[in-house]
Amino acid sequence: MKKVLTLLMALLLAGPVAAQDGPLRITITDGVIEPITFAAPVFQAENAEAAQVVNNLNRMVAQDLSGTGLFREIPASAFISQITSFSQPIAFADWRAINAQALVTGAVAVNGNQMTVKFRLYDVYSGQELGGGLQLAGTTTGWRRMGHKVADAVYSRITGEGGYFDSRVVYVAESGPKDNRQMRLAVMDFDGENTQYLTDSSAIVLAPRFSPTGDRVLYTSYESGFPRINLLNVANVGRQQLQTAPGEMAFSPRFSRDGGSVIYSLSNGGNTDIFRSDLASGQYTRLTSAPSIETAPSLSPDGTQIVFESDRSGTQQLYIMSANGGEARRISFGEGRYSTPVWSPRGDLVAFTKQNAGRFHIGVMRTDGSEERLLTASFLDEGPTWSPNGRVIMFSRETQGESGTSSLYSIDISGRNLKAVPVQGAASDPSWGPLQP
Amino acid sequence: MNMMTKATMLLLVLGTAACTNPDRLGGAGGAGAGGAAADGGLAGSASDPTSPAYFNQAIGDRVLFAVDTSTLTPEGQRILDGQAQWLLTNADYRAVVEGHADEQGTREYNIALGARRANAVREYLVSRGVPTARLEVISYGKLRPIEVCSNEACYSQNRRAVTVLSFSAITS
Repeated sequence: MKKVLTLLMALLLAGPVAAQDGPLRITITDGVIEPITFAAPVFQAENAEAAQVVNNLNRMVAQDLSGTGLFREIPASAFISQITSFSQPIAFADWRAINAQALVTGAVAVNGNQMTVKFRLYDVYSGQELGGGLQLAGTTTGWRRMGHKVADAVYSRITGEGGYFDSRVVYVAESGPKDNRQMRLAVMDFDGENTQYLTDSSAIVLAPRFSPTGDRVLYTSYESGFPRINLLNVANVGRQQLQTAPGEMAFSPRFSRDGGSVIYSLSNGGNTDIFRSDLASGQYTRLTSAPSIETAPSLSPDGTQIVFESDRSGTQQLYIMSANGGEARRISFGEGRYSTPVWSPRGDLVAFTKQNAGRFHIGVMRTDGSEERLLTASFLDEGPTWSPNGRVIMFSRETQGESGTSSLYSIDISGRNLKAVPVQGAASDPSWGPLQP
Repeated sequence: MNMMTKATMLLLVLGTAACTNPDRLGGAGGAGAGGAAADGGLAGSASDPTSPAYFNQAIGDRVLFAVDTSTLTPEGQRILDGQAQWLLTNADYRAVVEGHADEQGTREYNIALGARRANAVREYLVSRGVPTARLEVISYGKLRPIEVCSNEACYSQNRRAVTVLSFSAITS
């Protein structure tokens, strides 16, 4: 698929190329990346009301793109020509002269609380438009989402892969001291904006997980006095306790790919195993039956396999089994203990937490266990979650000592671009939802 | 000198109280099972052998574990022998055994590990004659540490299973 896209792009963009070798394209599977340079002149305000939002919208797009580490913005102070109309011919030589490889132009019109945004993306060196012009409609209060959508389209056209900017993250918002931590569920945009709290802090809540469409969240709650799995509707914040197989404690839930069933851990008599329950009927299936700890199950994108952690070998290691249970094969063999495996949306990688020699790491390996790479190292990193396009991993990082607090970080799967996610207050256990419709 | 000793002892007592308190019924910020049933009167006086305060302090309400294990130590077994005897004598009480872990480990694994520890205590108490029906288990994993430093001095206190009493009449 990727090859076809690249070839298609190459055909579309064939023509004289100056400093650029080949079409405007990042092959983002490469380990080393020279960021693509782009210019994003302030969008055109098509009426007076739009004048207040054009700058914000334009900054949002630029910030999203630069934030990936795959793009670098050429500042407006370097511009030779200005864009004064959305339909004007582009003076490509002026943009080439300042080494902008891509040019994003846009126009905004506001009518009451409605807003339309148009944008175009140009490959400066080939002097051609990349993809057609696109128009988006929305509300003025949703201007951030419009900006994210434009950035997603630009990202997608240049990389050939889906974007991740118009997406949300559900997580545990934390407050209070280490020995009396208050925890509540919250949801935010991927960049830390638009925080909304989904539960209060009267009970411990843990490890929320978005449904494949982002409309529901599964999480572990101590509301009943014991850890049980709750299902929460994001739109109306209604919640109910999930009917699981009988057991003393239920935790570590994740949706199946069709959103119709849940895989989770159940603890009974000190033993923890993995189960699946159908959401509609409550019917359950036991997937593991070993005296060891089996937890943190995560399904492959095609729904046929489950990666999970088990200490059956004596220490925590990663295993893969059929989605229906049965024999499992171990995939982790390096030094240390491996946990919280999460299958990537692309299907080729498993992200995990690794504990070795007193340090914690977030890492990735192929699903056969090969090509293990550790992306981070700290006193305590845990709980990776994938961006919708499988390009970025978000995780929790906790600092050491009595004032230790948890916060969210993201990192590119190349191991570059480690960033703190600007969340209000302390935060843990992120789950990255899908691109919004 | 005498003053000094007394002051030290007082500090020790206060220190113990501060450590134990978060795990008492109702002490743990709404987190514990049966938290609603808590009241200050449950503990009673530590000098009264039928009181929960005696159970908590004279017998000991908790046992500690080595890293990543749920094996009861000889010291742990001695404490649990005392707990079992007390529970058999004071049949009006039920107990929830809370399993905990230190922060070296992921949240999910530590919940499973805490479940192992709580269950090890329950099984031991049952083996000493306490009816299973009077014992429940819960695991908090690493979510409810009582000591907050990030070294073994604190970790060793956090790797624990605590037997938390409640009246039989007050069920969760």
